[in-house]
This record gives sequence, structure tokens and C-alpha cells, in this order.
Amino acid sequence: MTVQPMVRAEQVHKSYGPVEVLKGIDLQVEQGQVFCLVGPSGSGKSTFLRCINHLEKINAGRLYVDGELVGYQERGGKLHELPDRVVAQKRRDIGMVFQRFNLFPHKTALENITEAPTQVKKLPKAQAREQAMELLNRVGLADKAGNYPSQLSGGQQQRVAIARALAMEPKLMLFDEPTSALDPELVGDVLDVMRGLAEDGMTMIVVTHEMGFAREVGDALVFMDEGVVVESGHPREVLTNPQHERTRAFLSKVL
Amino acid sequence: MTIPQDTAPPDRGRPEEIRAVAVRHPGRWVAVAVIAVLAAMLVHLLVSSKVLQWDVVGQIFTYQTVIAGLGRTLLLTVLGMVIGIVGGVLLAVMRLSHNPVLSGVSWLFIWVFRGTPLLVQLFFWFFLGALVPTIGLGIPFGPTFVSWSYNSLVGLFTAATLALGLNEAAYMAEIVRAGILSVDEGQTEAASSLGLTYGQSLWRIVLPQAMRVIIPPTGNEAISMLKNTSLVSAIALEDLTRAGQDIANRTLYEIPALVAISLWYLLLTSVMSVGQYYVERYYARGANRVLPETPWQKVRRNVLRLGRVGGAA
Ligand SMILES: Nc1ncnc2c1ncn2[C@@H]1O[C@H](COP(=O)(O)OP(=O)(O)OP(=O)(O)O)[C@@H](O)[C@H]1O
Ligand SMILES: [Mg+2]
Repeated sequence: MTVQPMVRAEQVHKSYGPVEVLKGIDLQVEQGQVFCLVGPSGSGKSTFLRCINHLEKINAGRLYVDGELVGYQERGGKLHELPDRVVAQKRRDIGMVFQRFNLFPHKTALENITEAPTQVKKLPKAQAREQAMELLNRVGLADKAGNYPSQLSGGQQQRVAIARALAMEPKLMLFDEPTSALDPELVGDVLDVMRGLAEDGMTMIVVTHEMGFAREVGDALVFMDEGVVVESGHPREVLTNPQHERTRAFLSKVL
Repeated sequence: MTIPQDTAPPDRGRPEEIRAVAVRHPGRWVAVAVIAVLAAMLVHLLVSSKVLQWDVVGQIFTYQTVIAGLGRTLLLTVLGMVIGIVGGVLLAVMRLSHNPVLSGVSWLFIWVFRGTPLLVQLFFWFFLGALVPTIGLGIPFGPTFVSWSYNSLVGLFTAATLALGLNEAAYMAEIVRAGILSVDEGQTEAASSLGLTYGQSLWRIVLPQAMRVIIPPTGNEAISMLKNTSLVSAIALEDLTRAGQDIANRTLYEIPALVAISLWYLLLTSVMSVGQYYVERYYARGANRVLPETPWQKVRRNVLRLGRVGGAA
């Protein structure tokens, strides 16, 4: 039995109007891997993440999550767009954490977490609350359940956001620079939560500038620049012994 | 530069509370004096005037036809706002839709109903009976199964409600649209990434946040609506204004009648303003770290502060 890769990208292209942002991305993320995506600003990292859960449509190539085509269905050699309802259903299995948290400001921490389970999975309220409390406990914020996002620090907000994504019991988590908007002393708490997730075997794609985290927790690392994969390999190898000039130039700036 | 490491700052205790002499504002006192004199003159005029007979005003205020008219005014305001808000949300969502037909229809509706006077629209719904004598249910351009006469179906009251409600919907559409656009795109993105459908994310995530932007102008709209209902007196609907007019024509107590119904309008708009305040406060939760004070809390705080100032003086 061969194990299906969690994400497979084949020659993924994405343009905004005349501007091509992704110029043929090939990569593969295995089950249970912590996959780090690094690269300079504007290289298309966020765009690629957003393609994975079909927040953006790709223009050419193929993108598979857990063996299934993202956003389309292949029938009789032709691609058929999936209806919005089915796309929404598939997004349940992919959690996403944003640079600017994007918590729902009109809901408390607890309500942020129970929203999707009660609305999408139709979980009974009591059960959803119980699960949410467990998740808050796991990210170390059990005492902040009743706080609104505006009453939480950035690091606390991001941990609630991670709990919110986990509440849908995703098989894949996407992190888009989860610590970039945080004060340095708050970064550690968020990274600790992510480290815990990795130990529990969660498949994660992490866009990050935290090279320490990539080196320590990452199983694979890809360096992207101007919409192409420049270099990939094990984080320790790529970070200590980069093969390409562009990688070296980038690393010398962030390390 | 050296920083002494081991000498703790000398313990001088808590410094004395500041008791400064407040800045004087002589200009304010002059303004207060001028306003007080003007107010006294106005009160004198109102109380002593022969034209303004307060006992007559009181009688008209609670006169049976005035109360009946008040009921119709209130009902028209509520129905007009309900149609306006529901229609406005619908039009705003249509306007923002990617479907060009939906957004086009919405644009056309707003263009027509915002671009013509409400009074003209009122006459239009009133006289539409002449253009469409019967309304039928059947296959378009084919046989009709059931039909009603327009004038029996759309009476005076329905025509007025339609006119006020549809006109309001056009204004509310723009208010709701601005509200929806004010919500950060990241919110819809987060909602979609959790598997919420477009409708769920609009209804549960975007609209509640848009409320903070939507509520204040909607309160103003409701107050305008209350006053705009007086236009229906032009199609002989017995609302509050019409009731006052009738009494004025019959009894020649014009000024007392106008004052009486104005007092009703003032009373109602005041009540609505208070209601608006509490609705705004409700939708501000989460946006502010501390909820804003209620008017009562504000009064109490000001009185307490006055008390302290008085005590210190
Ligand atoms: N909706 C859009 N319309 C047009 N251009 C866009 C859009 N979104 C992104 N881009 C462009 O695509 C390019 C890649 O953007 P992307 O956000 O993926 O970069 P990134 O690698 O995540 O950068 P950063 O590290 O700054 O987040 C940028 O040049 C950006 O200007
Ligand atoms: Mg980015």
C-alpha cells in the first residue's frame, strides 16, 4: 500500500490579470509532514496557500489535496467546476491560520471556536462548547474563553485562531506567517502550540520567517522566489548549505 | 554613563494629590447668561400667548381622531421601515453579487426610487389602479386563473405602505452596502476557510459586524420615516398630520393643533433616539474594550463630579 501525499502540486500557475504570480509550482507534501515555505515578500507564498483551499482559482496545472483535485472534478477528460457548496465542504478539512488572525471581533474566544462546528457540522451547542474548552486548554487559554478578541493580546488571538481552525478537525493546517504580526516576546507561545501540533502528527504547511522553527520542527523546506521553487530539501541542509545564489542572498538577510 | 545598580531609589512615599485652581472660562458664563435670557423670553411667550392656549393643546393632544391618526402614523412607520430594511438588505446583497443581472436590477431599482420624489411615488401607487385595473394569477401572456381588482387589493393604506417602504428600501440598500463593504475581507476569508457557505458567512459574520456602520444612519432613517409619513395626508389618509389639519380646519385652533401634533412627533422621535442608542451599544460589543456608558450612567457620573467640585470649592 502506498501512502497518498497530502498535497501534490503539478505545474501550478496563477495570474492576476496580466501578472503571473505562480509560474509552475511543483511540490509534494507527505502525510504528517511539517512543510516550511520560505521566500522573499511577493514571491507568491500566500497565493499558493490560498490556492490549496481554493480561496483562489489556479489558471493552469493540477493541485491535489489528499488525492482529490482542488475545486474541480475530472470527468471524461474534462474539468468541471465544483459547486460552491461542495467547495465549502472540502474546506472543512483544511484549517487556515492568517497573519492578521482574522478572529470574528463580535464573538468571544469561545464563540469563535464553536461557530464552524455548530454551523457547518451542526454539532450540538453543548458538545461544541466542551470541545472548544478542551482546545482552549490545549493552547493555554482556558481562562480567556469569555474574552472578545479586542481584549486579547496578539499572541493570545493567534492561539485562539489556531484553536478555531482545529475545531473542524482538519487533516491539513495552513499557516500564513502566523507570527509575523506579533511582538517578539509573544512569538514563542504561538510556536510552542505549533510544535505541539507537529508532535501530534498534524500535516502542516507553514509560511514563515522563523528559521529556528523551520530547522527544529520542519521535515521539508522549500525556498520560493518570483513564483517558482528555487530550492527544496531538508530544512537543516537548505539552511546550512544552500545551493543557489538566490537562496543564499535571502538567508543572509533573514538569519 | 554609569547606572547605579544596587542603590534603590529613596522611598519618598506617595506624592501629594494635585489640587490645582481650575482655568476660568468667562466666555462660557456670558454665553450662559445670553441663552438664559432668550429662554426666559421664549417661555414667557409660550405661556402668555393668546394664540397658544395650552388647555386646548392638551385637549387636542388626546383627542380621539388624533390618537387614531397617531396609530396609523406609527403603523406606517413600522411597516415602512420593515419593508425598507428587508428590501435594503436584499438589494445590497444583490448589488454586491457577481451575477450582472442581479446587480443590474438592484442598481435600476435604487436609481428610480432614489431619483424621484417620495410624494410622486405615493401618487403613483395611489393612481396605479387606473393603469392596472386588475391583478391576475396565471401564465404570462397566457390564460389567467384568478384575478383581483387593484383598487380592492391595494387600498389607500397599502398604497401608502408600498410607497414609503420601497422608497426606504432604496436608501437602506446604500446604507447596508456601505456597511458590508466596511467589514474587512479577512473576515469572509476566515469564514470560508472554516467551511461556512457564502450565505452563512454573510448572515453570521459580515452583517453583524456591518451593523455598527448600519445602525446610526438607520436610526436617522427611522426618524425621517416617522416624519415622512405625514406626506400620506396628501392622498387623504387620516394620519397624525391629517388629523391635526382636520381639527385646525374645523375649529380654527390652527396653532394649538399644530403644537399638539408636533409634541407627539417630538415625543416619538425622542423615544426612537433612546432606542437607537441602546441598539448601537449592543452592536458595539467586541469593538470596544469597554462598553460605552448608558445615558443614565453618564448623568450619574456628571452629577457625582459636580458634587465633588462643589465640595472642593
Ligand atoms: N488579489 C490580487 N490582485 C493582484 N495581485 C495580487 C493579488 N494578491 C496578490 N497579488 C500579487 O501577487 C504577488 C504575490 O503575492 P503573495 O501575497 O502571494 O506574496 P507573499 O510571498 O505571500 O509575500 P509576503 O511575504 O509579503 O506575504 C505580489 O506581487 C502581489 O502584489
Ligand atoms: Mg504573504
